Amino acid sequence: MTAPAWPDAIYDELLAAGVKQVAYVPDAGHRRLIELAQANAGLTTVVLTTEEEGIGLLAGAYLGGERGVLLMQSSGVGNCINALALPAECRIPLLMLVTMRGEWGEFNPWQVAMGQATAPALEAMGVIVLRADDAGEIVEAVRAGAGLAFDSGRMVAVLIGQRAIGAKVFRK
Amino acid sequence: MLERRAVTAQLLRRRGEALVVTGLGSPTYDAFAVADSPLNFYLWGAMGSASMVGLGLASAQTGRRVVVITGDGEMLMGLGSLATIGVRRPRNLAIVVIDNGLYAETGMQRTHTAHGVDLAAVARACGFAAAETVRTPGELAALERSLYDAPGPLFAAVKVAPEPTKIELGPRDGPYLRSRFRETLLGDAAHR
Repeated sequence: MTAPAWPDAIYDELLAAGVKQVAYVPDAGHRRLIELAQANAGLTTVVLTTEEEGIGLLAGAYLGGERGVLLMQSSGVGNCINALALPAECRIPLLMLVTMRGEWGEFNPWQVAMGQATAPALEAMGVIVLRADDAGEIVEAVRAGAGLAFDSGRMVAVLIGQRAIGAKVFRK
Repeated sequence: MLERRAVTAQLLRRRGEALVVTGLGSPTYDAFAVADSPLNFYLWGAMGSASMVGLGLASAQTGRRVVVITGDGEMLMGLGSLATIGVRRPRNLAIVVIDNGLYAETGMQRTHTAHGVDLAAVARACGFAAAETVRTPGELAALERSLYDAPGPLFAAVKVAPEPTKIELGPRDGPYLRSRFRETLLGDAAHR
């Protein structure tokens, strides 16, 4: 299988949006994007112990005049909930790119609870949720999300569907 | 024992252009009461986030010293942040935990530090350039000197008396706190 083109394309979109700080808890779906970010000396990449750290980090970045993005898998969204009070109350821009598990073709039943709760949990905290379920939609969704986050000062999560990424297969 | 509000006043009296982030509860009340500034960003929630706000700010503003002042309960909730900061090692970041060993907001229940958990040892193990526990006026005076000059990341747990101080309610409107901080720091660029 050839590597998908969208990680390189959304990397370009993030640079065009002025992103300087890239925080992440790794996910296989974000592997290429993380590698690109780490190879760019002009970006600060921050590996987190838990996803909620990224919410505080990017709020601090914004207070200091820098834009950032938070990369995670859907299982990490639940870790962020109370921390979202900070960008929610202060109306601080937040852009999250979330690769989905627990949906289309999932093999691990333990992923399903958080995967199915991802969009409602984000929306309950006031985060605007955009979805891309086709690989061809991902770049446009990231561009739209970045505009909404940074120009309109909103919390935005772009959910990259398992259907778009290709469901992970269990290597027996 | 050291008194928490006097500690905050002493540590901030020569802050210069430093940027200050405070954790929810008493550290926010103390900083407002003794050293309010547009370059203070007061957290009133998002418990566990103070150190990470400091890291993001320190990365964006490498020319300024960033001082996070938070409580032991708040620091314990974001303990992994010390590992994350230890990876990045920002030279301009300092974290001061005002450690009374108590959750003062919720009825003075004992925190992990009252049971012997050593936050400075955790910070050292995570790779902080310096990490210490401060108990005496002499140690506090040394921290006051190193806080703005020594290469970071710095960590200090300042042991303070358990007596709560009078609650001083400063501004808690998030957009106001955000904009006054950004406008003071960034000028017109705050609106671009």
